[in-house]
Amino acid sequence: MSKVGTDRVKRGMAEMQKGGVIMDVVNAEQAKIAEEAGAVAVMALERVPSDIRAAGGVARMADPTIVEEVMNAVSIPVMAKARIGHIVEARILESMGVDYIDESEVLTPADDIYHIKKDGYTVPFVCGCRDLGEATRRIGEGASMLRTKGEPGTGNIVEAVSHMRQVQAQIRRLMNMADDEVMVYAKENGAPYELLLQIREEGRLPVVNFAAGGIATPADAALMMQLGADGVFVGSGVFKSDSPEKFARSIVEATTHYDDYQLIGEISKGLGTAMPGIEMSTLTPETRMQDRSQ
Amino acid sequence: MMKIGVLGLQGAVREHIRSIEASGAEGIIVKKTAQLEQIDGLIIPGGESTTMRRLINKYEFLEPLRQFGKQGKPIFGTCAGLILLATEIAETTDVHLGSMDMKVVRNAFGRQRESFEADLAIKGVSDAYNAVFIRAPYIAEVGAQTEILAEHQGKIVAAKQGHYLACAFHPELTDDHQLTDHFVKMVEASKKTLAS
Repeated sequence: MSKVGTDRVKRGMAEMQKGGVIMDVVNAEQAKIAEEAGAVAVMALERVPSDIRAAGGVARMADPTIVEEVMNAVSIPVMAKARIGHIVEARILESMGVDYIDESEVLTPADDIYHIKKDGYTVPFVCGCRDLGEATRRIGEGASMLRTKGEPGTGNIVEAVSHMRQVQAQIRRLMNMADDEVMVYAKENGAPYELLLQIREEGRLPVVNFAAGGIATPADAALMMQLGADGVFVGSGVFKSDSPEKFARSIVEATTHYDDYQLIGEISKGLGTAMPGIEMSTLTPETRMQDRSQ
Repeated sequence: MMKIGVLGLQGAVREHIRSIEASGAEGIIVKKTAQLEQIDGLIIPGGESTTMRRLINKYEFLEPLRQFGKQGKPIFGTCAGLILLATEIAETTDVHLGSMDMKVVRNAFGRQRESFEADLAIKGVSDAYNAVFIRAPYIAEVGAQTEILAEHQGKIVAAKQGHYLACAFHPELTDDHQLTDHFVKMVEASKKTLAS
C-alpha cells in the first residue's frame, strides 16, 4: 500500500531543500537563470514583492499560465503563492501539480481572520511567522514548512533577523521552562500546547524554518543561515539587482558556505548594485505586509 | 569506530548524521574535499540533484569523489545521491560520478503531490521497510554487476554494486535505521579488506 500526502512526505520535501535558496521568478527565462545558478526551487509569481509594493491595490494568485510556463521550464520544484485563507486559489494550484504552496502575506489576504486548514491537502504548504505563537499556529493548521515573514520587497534584512531571533529565543526559553509553566506560555502566545511540548522535548521546530523577507546580498543570506535558518528565500533580491545571474550564483554560494568569510568576501566583489532598499520607519502601517495576518 | 561522511553541500544532511550515529558509527559533515581522507565511507544525501551537481563542480568535488569510490571505499547514494552515482540518466547526456552501472529516471513517480510512503521488502535488510519517496527517481535498467535489492510497482528502487549502494527513497526520514545499519556493515567490511 502506498500513501500520498502524509506529514512525512510533505515535511520531508522541505527537508530536501535545506541549505538551499528558493528564488522568486516571474517567467520561464528567470526560472532557468535561477535553476542554472543552483536554486533548489523557484517561486512562480506574477510580480516580485517590491513590484507588488509599488503597484499597490489587490495582489492575487498568479495567472496559471505563468505558473505552468515555469513548471515546464525547470526540473527543480516549483512553488506558487495563494492568498491567505483563499481555499480555491490553493486548490487550483494543487490541481495544477505545483510542488509547494506559499500561503503568503505578500498577496492581499482573502480572509482577515482564518488561514487555510492545510492538513487536508496533498500538496504541502509553507507559511510565514514572526514568533513561536504564529509558527505553531501555522503548524497546527498543517503547514509543512515555515519561513520568517521579514518585510517583503524592502531589501531590508532587519525584520527577518528580528523574526528569526524571536523564534529561536522563544524555543530556548521554552526548553528551560518547568512542566507547569508551559500551559500558561501556550495561553499567552496563542500556541497549541501539544506542539509546545513536542518542541520543548526535541529542542527544535518539527518543520524546517527558512529565512525570507528582505534578503538582498550574499552576506544577508549568510547572516540568516548563521542565525539558524535552514535555507533562504530570495524575493526581489535577485531579479531587481543589477546583474541577476551573478547575484543568484553568489547568494547560493554564500548560503552553502555561510561561515567562510573569505569566500563570501570574494563572491561579493564587483557584484554591482543590489536592489534599492526601504527603511522600515518610512513604511506606513497599511503597507507593512507582515502585519496582514496573525 | 567507523567514520562515515555525509556530503554536506545541500539537502538532508542532519538526518543522515542522526541515522549514522544511531547505527553506532561517527557521522561527519563533509564540505571540503580534504575531509574525504578522514572518512571510511560516504553518504550522498537527498536534495536537489541539479543544485548538488552545480556545487560539486564549483568546489571541484567530482574527481575526488570518483577517486574515493575507486579506492574501494563504500558510497551510499539516496534519492538525489542515487542520480549522482548512475552511469546513465534518462533524457540527458549528463553523467555525474558514473560509479554504478545503472540507468535512472529523474522525478520518475511524478511531482510532489504524487510523493508517497510505502512498505518495501529490501533483500538482505528488511521484509517490511517503511520507505519515504519524495519526487523520487527510479532505476530503469541495471548492468550485469548491479544487484537489485528492492522494487516498488515493478520499478527498481534500491540496488547494490560491490561497495556502492543506492536507493530512490529516504532512509534518513524515519526511525528505521536498518538500511543505514547495512551500509555501516559494508563500511566495516571494506575497512578490513582495505587494511589487509
